[in-house]
Amino acid sequence: MALRTLFSKKAFTTASGFRPIAAGDRCFLRQARGLTVAALPDLAYDYGALEPAISGEIMRLHHQKHHQAYVTNYNNALEQLETAVAKGDASAVVRLQSAIKFNGGGHINHSIFWKNLKPVNEGGGEPPHSTLGWAIDTDFCSLEALVQKMNAEGAALQGSGWVWLALDKGSKKLCVETTANQDPLVTKGANLVPLLGIDVWEHAYYLQYKNVRPDYLKNIWKVINWKYASEVFDEETA
Amino acid sequence: MAMALPLAYASSVVHPFEAGRLSFSTKATKHKKQIYQFRKVTKVLAYYGLTNPPYKLDALEPYMSRRTLELHWGNIHRGYVDSLNKQLANSPLYGCTMEELIKTTFNNGNPLPEYNNAAEVWNHDFFWESMQPNGGRLPWGGVLDQIEKDFGSFSNFRDEFVHSAMMLFGSGWVWLVLKTNERRLSIVRTSNALCPLVWGDIPIISLDMWEHAYYLDYKDDVSKYVNNFMDHLISWHSATARMVRTEAFVNLGEPKIPVA
Repeated sequence: MALRTLFSKKAFTTASGFRPIAAGDRCFLRQARGLTVAALPDLAYDYGALEPAISGEIMRLHHQKHHQAYVTNYNNALEQLETAVAKGDASAVVRLQSAIKFNGGGHINHSIFWKNLKPVNEGGGEPPHSTLGWAIDTDFCSLEALVQKMNAEGAALQGSGWVWLALDKGSKKLCVETTANQDPLVTKGANLVPLLGIDVWEHAYYLQYKNVRPDYLKNIWKVINWKYASEVFDEETA
Repeated sequence: MAMALPLAYASSVVHPFEAGRLSFSTKATKHKKQIYQFRKVTKVLAYYGLTNPPYKLDALEPYMSRRTLELHWGNIHRGYVDSLNKQLANSPLYGCTMEELIKTTFNNGNPLPEYNNAAEVWNHDFFWESMQPNGGRLPWGGVLDQIEKDFGSFSNFRDEFVHSAMMLFGSGWVWLVLKTNERRLSIVRTSNALCPLVWGDIPIISLDMWEHAYYLDYKDDVSKYVNNFMDHLISWHSATARMVRTEAFVNLGEPKIPVA
């Protein structure tokens, strides 16, 4: 009886505890086998809400095409991994690692990135106060110094990657890190928690800023969601 | 190829007159003084220049737009040349040919700061020359023979090239190289600025897979970009010329000399 419900289209759209995914039936079957799949998170704002710092066209492509591709490929890789593990095919398991790291990392990083951004009229760009603000002043002397450091590291990054404001869970200190391609922040240190991440892949800015990455970095601070960063900081330092 | 061209002069002014020396202010001596002052000691320095692609910037339309080339060549490639020249101004590495510079600065995997700029300058020069208007389709003659020998068929090669390009994670390049040790053609994928020259291999064709190479024209549709490159842009003429040159360095096998 439950199985029949699972395989009927109607059950798919009701609140059956499964998250809806664009790829349709195949994911359906994955869920029936008990494999948890990743899903493209929704943005808390419209695509055009971050203008003029980031254009609506970039946001739409970035979310609907790039992030969606990471999600889809990550789910495919996970499915192949499950099969390989079940078969005991060690070389296939190892071979899939780079696809999982890349696409999974892309999904993780972008999910954080969407929460790091907020339209100006909803508080985007408002500087951090209290705990996070004091921590920034302690560890970087001032917010301006931090912004300058992140911009410098972001501009100097060769190729594709991310620049992060990270909290070291162990020492409770803030630091600026960069990661290459879609490597998540933990690849730079198991104790690092991402507070803010800025995507410096060219797809994040090229249509609007062309090759002038420093301009993109200068402008993105106007829509940075410091509130989210503060919340994560407070949670980790509690 | 980027050549070392004398583009800048550094000069120091020589002051031949010591203090206290008598100078008669006749017209003749004044004139002589002026000439002497202007005979400055000049030091000629050679820097790298930005070479033009072998076609007009709109010649690759509609597969690669003029706007893309204006930015890719005019801003990005030019930026690498300028940065490299700035770095070399006070560097002991001044004076190498481009290939030497790349191999030296690669430093066996621990690249020096000049490596990125040098390699990207070379890579982009190579890339412009790997394309041509009305390119694509099939190679012929020796190149086709070698491809068929090393890949089985041209369509195998094409599929492998496209697949390699699609599997690139991040920024990088896809190359058709002649591996000098194995003496065969091979498809190689490199990240960021890495260039097969550093391994002693000989590149034949390259494709820029950095997002700035295609984003304006194709947005996220990488597959269309790569397929258009294979079908309409790739310059088999350049590939032929490069293969001819490599045969001077790599023995690709015994020639088929007809027996009487």
